Amino acid sequence: MTMAEAGGNGADVLLDVANISLSFGGVKAIRGVSFDVQKGEIRAIIGPNGAGKTSMLNCINGFYHPQEGTITYKGRTRKQMRPHEAAAQGIARTFQNVALFKGMSTLDNLMTGRLLKMKGNFFLEALHLGPAKKQELAHREFVEGVIDFLEIQTIRKTPVGRLPYGLQKRVELGRALAAEPELLLLDEPMAGMNVEEKEDMSRFIIDVNEEFGTTIALIEHDMGVVMDISDRVVVLDHGEKIADGTPDEVGKNQDVIDAYLGVSHD
Amino acid sequence: MDVLYAVFIAPFVDMATAPIFFAEVIIGGLIAGVMYSLVALGFVLIFKASGVFNFAQGVLALFAGLTLVGLMEFMGQTSTQQLPWYLIALAIIGTAAVMVALAFAIERIVLRPLVNQEQIILFMSTIGLALFLEGFGDVLWGSDVKALDIGIPDASFEWGGILLNQFDLVAAATAAVLVAVLAVFFQKTRVGRALRAVADDHQAALSVGIPLKSIWVIVWSVAGIVAMVAGIMWGAKSGVQFSLSLIALKALPVLILGGFTSVPGAIVGGLIIGVGEKIAEIYWGPLIGGAIENWFAYMLAMVFLLFRPQGLFGEKIIERV
Amino acid sequence: MLYREAGQFKASYAADQAIFPITQDRVAVIAVLLIAYLGVPFIQGDYWFEAILLPLLIFALAAIGLNILTGYCGQISLGTGGFLAVGAYSTYKLMTAFPDLNILLIFILAGLITAGVGILFGLPSLRIKGFYLAVATLAAQFFLVWLFNKVPWFYNYHPSGNIEAPPREAFGFLITGAEATPQVRYVVILIFVTLLTLAAKNLVRGRIGRSWMAIRDMDIAAEIIGIRPLQTKLLAFAISSFYIGVAGAMMFSMWLGSVETEAFQLFVSFDVLFMIIIGGLGSLLGSFLGAGFILLLPIVLTNLFVGGLGFTANFAKHVEFMLFGGLIIFFLIVEPHGLARLWQITKEKLRLWPFPH
Repeated sequence: MTMAEAGGNGADVLLDVANISLSFGGVKAIRGVSFDVQKGEIRAIIGPNGAGKTSMLNCINGFYHPQEGTITYKGRTRKQMRPHEAAAQGIARTFQNVALFKGMSTLDNLMTGRLLKMKGNFFLEALHLGPAKKQELAHREFVEGVIDFLEIQTIRKTPVGRLPYGLQKRVELGRALAAEPELLLLDEPMAGMNVEEKEDMSRFIIDVNEEFGTTIALIEHDMGVVMDISDRVVVLDHGEKIADGTPDEVGKNQDVIDAYLGVSHD
Repeated sequence: MDVLYAVFIAPFVDMATAPIFFAEVIIGGLIAGVMYSLVALGFVLIFKASGVFNFAQGVLALFAGLTLVGLMEFMGQTSTQQLPWYLIALAIIGTAAVMVALAFAIERIVLRPLVNQEQIILFMSTIGLALFLEGFGDVLWGSDVKALDIGIPDASFEWGGILLNQFDLVAAATAAVLVAVLAVFFQKTRVGRALRAVADDHQAALSVGIPLKSIWVIVWSVAGIVAMVAGIMWGAKSGVQFSLSLIALKALPVLILGGFTSVPGAIVGGLIIGVGEKIAEIYWGPLIGGAIENWFAYMLAMVFLLFRPQGLFGEKIIERV
Repeated sequence: MLYREAGQFKASYAADQAIFPITQDRVAVIAVLLIAYLGVPFIQGDYWFEAILLPLLIFALAAIGLNILTGYCGQISLGTGGFLAVGAYSTYKLMTAFPDLNILLIFILAGLITAGVGILFGLPSLRIKGFYLAVATLAAQFFLVWLFNKVPWFYNYHPSGNIEAPPREAFGFLITGAEATPQVRYVVILIFVTLLTLAAKNLVRGRIGRSWMAIRDMDIAAEIIGIRPLQTKLLAFAISSFYIGVAGAMMFSMWLGSVETEAFQLFVSFDVLFMIIIGGLGSLLGSFLGAGFILLLPIVLTNLFVGGLGFTANFAKHVEFMLFGGLIIFFLIVEPHGLARLWQITKEKLRLWPFPH
């Protein structure tokens, strides 16, 4: 699928968020936000700190339950769901602060990401016999493909706790990819990286989108990156949507410029 | 039907028909509860300031009791000869000094080398500490049961038809005063503020220049003195012996009820467990064979947690990613 | 023998995923197994079996059980003593109620019963974590021991309150009761321990083990990946309790022969916890090393003090307490990751030896 097709109007809507409101006690994190993500596009969510971006991702994958509004994914509107149900429906994500399994190796982290694709048979697994062994090997092959794709072969057996930050971010992307998601949520995939690392990561994101056709929704602060790689951008500020459109449109929007330069809201 | 009646109706009939006895049960529970609170408080202090789940708290109480008895015997106390009050006071001060010295030693020998280790490692090290202190106390002072007499009369009197014990009241009052002093210490003093800062965030506290090591020595000293008070009260009532170290186990359900880091939680939780346990033992215990004190408190705390995982005074936790 | 892996290339993922990918490790394990099966049973003298070998194997099995729950799945449990008791008492009830039932089958059933009890006491783990859960598992410890003490049905109304293992045969050998030779009991226990260790290894290195470790390392991320926290934790509770239950069954019927609830008190829970921490959390080898360390240390100390220095038994006991406590603290400071890590570091050094740089 090419970028032009993906971004175009009339493409299938994969995810539709309508009138979401979320509050913690008295604090309103999100107020009546609506937007959609189309199949095959890269959709960026941007906004200043505290705009409600991460809370929005948390709603999409079922970690938070919004008080109002609906989320329609693959044509099915849902009320509430648990994160593991979202995962079963093909939503994977990475986290703002790397959330890897620190005691496990890179390979095991990726294999864990693959868990939902594996079938359980307790007794065969305990004996490591027949189908259980075959399944383990088949998934190992897939995961090795992801390892090659992300160019992390040399750290295959290293416990991830020992890896530098940039590589941890990459392993985390690998863990999400191992699940073969339809919708990939990336929460600041380039935070804390230097320029080269950002270039690598941007390349991986675009490759994932183009080669696997994975739909991506990402939060990012680096405007240069956002403008370069995303098809459409939604801008949040103080929990409200203030703009939505192509990178060019959003870049020229006066509200967006005000929000980033800190003009007071009255 | 008989079973249902015995479980759900009869105990309440008993309570209503003998209100004075019921009141005595509740008071007995409250007094035991004060003791639990005291031990739980020692736990909370250390957990708050250093994240250490201190299993040795009960052994600290035993160790303090043994030390006090040893010092009093050294000063000439025998089973017939009562020491004058100032010598008893001196012995108590001496014991407190030993507890402070112990706090220094624990910080230097156990905690400092284990800083930044996982909580379970620290927990296991306090079990090691408990074993060590138990053996050490016995080697120093011998392992037979010792009577501890600090001169508070163990006399009963009647008040409005309810039988009360003078010693129990003095013990409860002492504990209450201690708790109040500690609360003031934490809220109003500089050290208390530093301590609360450390409890919130070790790294942040270090970065604004709070000396972590001396804070730890202080909390372990305070916890040692709290343990000493508990050891004296308990020891004077039923003798200083190994079983004293087991009161720590009584304090654990108090902790899950009240929260590991909440001072008011430790106090209220202690009272709830004390009263609940006595009532259950007296009105329901005979139905299922008795001696349910050992586990009832745990079950009570566990069921409570299923409905309110943040404990009595904790705030609802918002998880973030 | 030189410990090198140079020249050992793995040409397939299957070879890379073998339990012991390095030839020297494989040889060493086979050698240990050969000695354990073909050499040790011919040792004469009951002391070695009764005081060291049988408890070592049984506690290693219990330690593997606890390690699955605590080391791999991250749920601290202080209820091991109670679960050992469930294994022991259900074995006794099954042995006396169904005298014709195969004793080996009874061990499995006792394990399954313990697994059920474990699931029950694991339910709070959905809502509570860390030390709160640890304290909640004390409820299991105290309640279960109280139950077996107070309800006469469990010890068949025997006036002493003890339970005693009746003699039972398997494959023509007498394996329980006073007449069973320690050598035969040793071999039966060894077979169980070997098979269950292998099964544990297969579980922890596969799908299930990874879901446990994911919950241990970061439960929120695990849930977002699609791991169901309650099922995963309860499975860990169940399997852990199964191992501990089988250990309890063998402890009662094949090692002690006659027990009362005193044998399952809280200090047993702590001992097993010490074994996995000193041996190494999340290591099966560590479960064996830790069990050896915790069991042998008091024996060595007692021999030293009473035999060597002539202390009175009572005084020696107190000094032993001190030293045991002190050594544990010392050990935690020197190597908080346990004997298994120490072993691993030695191996890594050996790989490079004699050219460390």
